[in-house]
Amino acid sequence: MILPSLVLILIVGGIGSWIAARRSEVFARWIALGSVLADLSVCLGIWVGHLGRSQSTPKSWFVAFDLAWIPQFGIRIHLAIDGLSLALLLLTYFLGIMAILSSWTEIDERVGFFHFNLLWVLAGITGVFLAMDLFVFYLFWELMLVPMYFLIGIWGHERRIYAATKFFLFTQLSGLLMLVAIIALAVLHKQSTGIFTFDYEQLLETALTPRAARLLMLGFLVAFAVKLPAFPFHTWLPDAHTEAPTAGSVVLAGLLLKTGAYGMIRFVLPLFPGPSHELAPVLMTFGVIGILYGAVLAVGQTDLKRLVAYTSVSHMGFVLLGVFAGNETALEGAVVQMVSHGISTGALFILAGLLQERMHTREISAMGGLWETMPALSGAGMVFAMASLGLPGLGDFVGEFLVLLGAYRANVPLTVVATLGLLAATLYGLRFAVNAFQGPNPHHWQLPDMRPREWAMLGLMMACLLWIGLYPQPVLNSVRQSLAVAQQSTFPQEVVRR
Amino acid sequence: MSRSDFAALLPLLIISTTAVILMIAIAIQRNHKTAAVIALGGVGAGLGSLFFAAPVLPRQVTGLFILDSYSFLYMAILLCAAALVLPFAYDYLKHRHEYREEFYVLALLATTGAMVLAASRNFASFFLGLELLSVALYALIAYVRSESISIEAGIKYLVLAASSSSILLFGLALIYSASGSMELSQFTAAMTHTASHGDSVFLVTGLMLVLVGIGFKLAFVPFHLWTPDVYEGAPLPVTAFIATVSKGGVFALFLRWFQVNSDNRAGAAGIVLSILAVASMLTGNLLALRQNNVKRILAYSSIAHMGYLLVALLAGGALGASAATYYLMAYVVTILGAFGVMTVLSGPGWEAASLDAYRGLFWRKPLVAAVFTTMLLSLAGIPLTAGFLGKFYVLTAGAAESRWVLLFTLIVSTTIGLFYYLRIVVVMYARPADPGTMSEANTLPLPLPATIGLAALTGLVFLLGVYPSLFWNAIVAATRNLG
Repeated sequence: MILPSLVLILIVGGIGSWIAARRSEVFARWIALGSVLADLSVCLGIWVGHLGRSQSTPKSWFVAFDLAWIPQFGIRIHLAIDGLSLALLLLTYFLGIMAILSSWTEIDERVGFFHFNLLWVLAGITGVFLAMDLFVFYLFWELMLVPMYFLIGIWGHERRIYAATKFFLFTQLSGLLMLVAIIALAVLHKQSTGIFTFDYEQLLETALTPRAARLLMLGFLVAFAVKLPAFPFHTWLPDAHTEAPTAGSVVLAGLLLKTGAYGMIRFVLPLFPGPSHELAPVLMTFGVIGILYGAVLAVGQTDLKRLVAYTSVSHMGFVLLGVFAGNETALEGAVVQMVSHGISTGALFILAGLLQERMHTREISAMGGLWETMPALSGAGMVFAMASLGLPGLGDFVGEFLVLLGAYRANVPLTVVATLGLLAATLYGLRFAVNAFQGPNPHHWQLPDMRPREWAMLGLMMACLLWIGLYPQPVLNSVRQSLAVAQQSTFPQEVVRR
Repeated sequence: MSRSDFAALLPLLIISTTAVILMIAIAIQRNHKTAAVIALGGVGAGLGSLFFAAPVLPRQVTGLFILDSYSFLYMAILLCAAALVLPFAYDYLKHRHEYREEFYVLALLATTGAMVLAASRNFASFFLGLELLSVALYALIAYVRSESISIEAGIKYLVLAASSSSILLFGLALIYSASGSMELSQFTAAMTHTASHGDSVFLVTGLMLVLVGIGFKLAFVPFHLWTPDVYEGAPLPVTAFIATVSKGGVFALFLRWFQVNSDNRAGAAGIVLSILAVASMLTGNLLALRQNNVKRILAYSSIAHMGYLLVALLAGGALGASAATYYLMAYVVTILGAFGVMTVLSGPGWEAASLDAYRGLFWRKPLVAAVFTTMLLSLAGIPLTAGFLGKFYVLTAGAAESRWVLLFTLIVSTTIGLFYYLRIVVVMYARPADPGTMSEANTLPLPLPATIGLAALTGLVFLLGVYPSLFWNAIVAATRNLG
């Protein structure tokens, strides 16, 4: 019952804080914070309990939950957690807490409904990371959308309606394609075995003709590529990220994008090993295009949030490259990149939110010399900009380095080109840091520095980035087993070579 | 006719008798509340009699009716829909200065017609049921005589429905002349008919003409032109009635006698139906995009939803009929909820039809707005609502029979559809423009009957979306023996 309670706590907490907000807004915030904290501590408990065991038991879930739901179609509420899910869930709740804290003063209207939506998005994400029944997975996948749509559409900035609608339509269309692929997979499974089921573990055994496998894989891949976002499908992202309120941007960049990568690792690789192998070079190329394209566009942005949004496209390109590079090093790198990108980008969006709250603008050109008036905040900004450009010692470096290391074994030219992305990253990172914080203060800003709450948020995130940057082993240990399973099914020869 | 024949006909008898009783009661003393209670009581008794009569099923009564679990299932859906329309109609009429009582007589007659359609097995009962339904609807659409738009809609419907009925009759005559039989099963026979016989031309032509007549009632493209105008012009409860009872009854007949299976999929009828489905889905959703009147939006969306139903019907196979029935149930519940919300928000003398009437609704009436959002999301097919599982079943039925073209059209048009549902949602959650434009309905408290109706419908939307097993087994059992 632990796993459904993770989802239920958030759902009930969301309703609770909506109701509580009629009485007291502060109380509503505390309820929201409390429920996410409760989930975080449950996950930490599971993690601590299984730290040693992850190595010894091959392919088994830490905790699982199974309950019949729609027996006529073999749909079961099957939730399970392994190292990969656990790492991403910890990230989810960590960033969830940051999202609530970051909107503590920013959101001052409809506080209850805001936290309701925020917690329901988190509930949807939790479900996505836990679901082992493809129908339930799709359900949670869609469930993330509606509250996210409201978060952007109600509390967003100037062009919020446009951004929210675009976001919803992109993800809905791709999601429906995935739904058809899921159903077709289940139907094919039924035709070959006579059992109608949506269970992940049973569908893994489905025998598919190469053509069917390729088509079905494309159905899944489109959904995940839009969410990730991979290069040609990224256009919703800058709008949604820019227009969303801070908490929305944090959740979008930090978590929603990760569901796409998670889907590729969990579903695309193991379910469709053959076509994954075939298409790997194409997908890696798209990853590299994404790296360069995102980085180059980020250099040209004047809006701080838009800049960070494009860096996400670039960083997610590394993830795509790593997932399909076909060896464990790159895959592990991709996961580390997912976690550390969640933290560093989340922090940058929070930073943008803090600046906007103080200066009422996101234009980098309107900033400048902020170090003079806000040394602590500028210092934090510097650190996260450095993390984003991949400074050794901070989390993103580990991820990108491992991805490149692994990709080098798979495809040398692509890796060399991808490395150029790091160069562009240095450009946009330094340009932002210098233009915003260094130099004279031409606009004569006089602004309050960080408050204790903001210190606590950014400080914690900094600590996490440092931890992943200096000692990533715990993260790697906990995800290694699950990745090996995904890996073995798709690229068996690589494992032998190791 | 034996006793059990009468028992099997009990639901039909009860509803038509109630109409007569109501007529007499109105002649004695006009009273709005009494009329509503009698009508509701009759519908309730009709629903109860379904359970009472269930043991004598399945049964053929004369050459006209076939009463089996399928027709009873559809009668139950129709009666529930009618029972839920009545409370909204009561609130709606209370604010109007017409003669109110006859509304219920007409509604009961139309319901009887729809039920006859669900149970008919012969051309004669088919046509009688259809005309009973249509004639009652002419009057219902134009019921609010002070509104010229209602009169216009009524006349438009009268002219078009009458001409489509005559086309239908001609089609029936052609089929009769070719086959010498008045059984509705001739439709299925005509669909599987190979072109070797000399009279096959008559059969196929007749079948196409019948399709025109049915397509008009269900508003498939290109027979959809009446839909937006009639939806817009008819009083809200009548619009809800057309969307649910009228279409539900015709669809019951359509689904039973136009079974598509793998033999006749490539036949002329199969191809024509596929084209109708694709055209309905795309046209309905695309035309809805630019509307600013919520009634018109829902009218166009209903065209698209009929297209989705057609996909399930065309899928056939083991799942097709069940999926179509489930989708219809989900649609009926959802659209009733949507029109119910609109009725609740309408004031005396005007309807909450324009998109502006919903601006900032969420900040004024959060619960009503939440209900409306639920209904719209269900229409769009978002998980946890009835609409999603309906779509899921349709997709599964289609995938099981590899109807990929239809499925991809469905996906694309669903996404287009999402856009205009979101438009309404966005308006509801937008800030109210300024306090001066707040309409008088804001001060009206929610009427009790409609509130109960809305609560029940919202509950049903979630029940159908979360726990389908409850209904699915019954639906599968009822549709197993078709086709």
